[in-house]
Amino acid sequence: MSFLSLENLTVAYGKNVVLEDFNLSINKGEFVSLLGPSGCGKTTTLRSIAGFVKAQKGKIMFKNQDFTEVPVHKKHFGFVFQNYALFPHLNVFDNVAFGLKMQKTVEAEIKKRVEEIIELVGLSGFLKRYPAELSGGQQQRVALARALVIEPDLLLLDEPLSNLDAKLRVEMRVEIRNIQQKLGLTTVYVTHDQEECFSISDRVVVMKDGEIEQLDSPEKIYRKPETEFVADFVGFENFFDLFQEGDHFKTSKDQLFKVSSADLDDNLDKFRASIRPDDIEITLAGGEQKENTIIGEIKISTFLGEKYQYNVETEYGEFVVNAATEKRVENNKKVNLYFPEDKIILVREE
Amino acid sequence: MNEKGKTLSIFTLLVYFFLIAPLVIIALTAFGESEFLKFPPESFSIRWFVNAFQTEMFISTFIISLKVAVISTFLALLMGIPASYIISRGNFKHKRLIESFFLSPVLIPQIVFGFSLFNFLIIKLKLPVFSSLLIGHTIFIIPYIIRVISANLENFDYEIEEAAVIFGASPLKTFFIIVLPNISSGVIASFILAFINSFNNVPISVFLTGPGISTLPIQMMSYVEYYFDPTVAALSVLLMLMTTVLMFIIERSLGLNYFVEN
Repeated sequence: MSFLSLENLTVAYGKNVVLEDFNLSINKGEFVSLLGPSGCGKTTTLRSIAGFVKAQKGKIMFKNQDFTEVPVHKKHFGFVFQNYALFPHLNVFDNVAFGLKMQKTVEAEIKKRVEEIIELVGLSGFLKRYPAELSGGQQQRVALARALVIEPDLLLLDEPLSNLDAKLRVEMRVEIRNIQQKLGLTTVYVTHDQEECFSISDRVVVMKDGEIEQLDSPEKIYRKPETEFVADFVGFENFFDLFQEGDHFKTSKDQLFKVSSADLDDNLDKFRASIRPDDIEITLAGGEQKENTIIGEIKISTFLGEKYQYNVETEYGEFVVNAATEKRVENNKKVNLYFPEDKIILVREE
Repeated sequence: MNEKGKTLSIFTLLVYFFLIAPLVIIALTAFGESEFLKFPPESFSIRWFVNAFQTEMFISTFIISLKVAVISTFLALLMGIPASYIISRGNFKHKRLIESFFLSPVLIPQIVFGFSLFNFLIIKLKLPVFSSLLIGHTIFIIPYIIRVISANLENFDYEIEEAAVIFGASPLKTFFIIVLPNISSGVIASFILAFINSFNNVPISVFLTGPGISTLPIQMMSYVEYYFDPTVAALSVLLMLMTTVLMFIIERSLGLNYFVEN
């Protein structure tokens, strides 16, 4: 039995249905991220778990109890808001102590635990400051401390790092992961930042239009996306059709293609094949044509710093290729694009 | 300074002059010695201030005005704060319509409003004068309270309330320990604004006052009909002083920009 599960959850704002028959299970101590573009329903999912949003249909089970109708203030969850939502009229100490005070913890215990957690997030010496007197990063730490100090049964984070600059973001995500591991907190984390999400999570839920596209470990999502949407999201920019005939694959123009990683278990005969721009090998046309090679013509070339990016027109459409050549290959040149068989992935069509 | 700037500052000065000059004249005549309003006064004394304090009807109507203003402001706050909260936080149909409804008493000409209250409260329901005054003033000042407090609540992030709830405070408790402390400046400002409006009101009070019970502004008006000595000028100075002090408190608690921006 899983620790937290959403069963057939349906959430709508007026006529706008955000989630429909949504199912998700999370294990104890797990760090799960909800990843997806804005409007995919990830924040709504998180807010439904917290209870800020009421579901029209479905159940939320937590520790084998029906939590669907439990009032928000009785759930004992921690929440970190995107804009921190600190109490403006309370100083850092009172902000962090808020949850403990509501639980009627004894004064001495509150003092001890607040000071411990403040130390952990590196804000000792700021206890008497008010939120308005803190920088974004410091406010974020207070928000985190406020959620951690109550040792919540479930920690929910809504894009907590999106308002910080890049360097601080990396620092904080390491810190969040460390604390989560140390306290063994079951955590649901919402983000649209791929790298952030991969670096921090045990499992990633990629969402689109209120539905789960793929639920896997970060490595699996990155290397073996299962749908065209997920592939596109993690940087597979090139797509073309492949048809399965027995144990080999053919393009729409009957060219043979070898694919070594064809372990997609669907019984389909048509796939979308995909490859990252970095994995296509580009050479000037001419000479003997190898297998898995398509001929094309360079339309646009862009200098990216460590490499050149070429937009190559072929009979299967346009391909984006990154090549670390020393010299730029001129436009309108005929080129061979070689697709290494172990770099091609096959995904379900949209 | 360029040509445009010069013209502008001349206009500004003129506006200030027309605004302030009558007040200065009143203030100066209040300190005059003579039995009649005279400007400029020939000699100075504070006898009209003393007279104002010695005239029993001014004292008694001042107390009634004070009572009406304080009680009706409290009643209006009691209704206005929850109403503002529901208007700014609630998510229901015809929200704007209901908001306009609450703000409507300031849109109706006060004379019309006073007359209709007179017909309804005094003629039809036969309510006593003091209660009618209270009801009339309460309805009239609610819009001021809703206006100021709603604006205050709009600036107060709803997520902060959600934070309080998820960390264990019930919604009701959240209102008292999180929302109220953060809109306290708006509550003070709207209190004072409503108080001033009630205390100074004439057009509504004139219909609702009756034999034996009157408010200070009404009393001052009827005094001027019979006497032409500077007592009313002295009272005006005192009222200006009171308003200034109250506005100063608003300024300190909210900043007057607040009303300009909203």
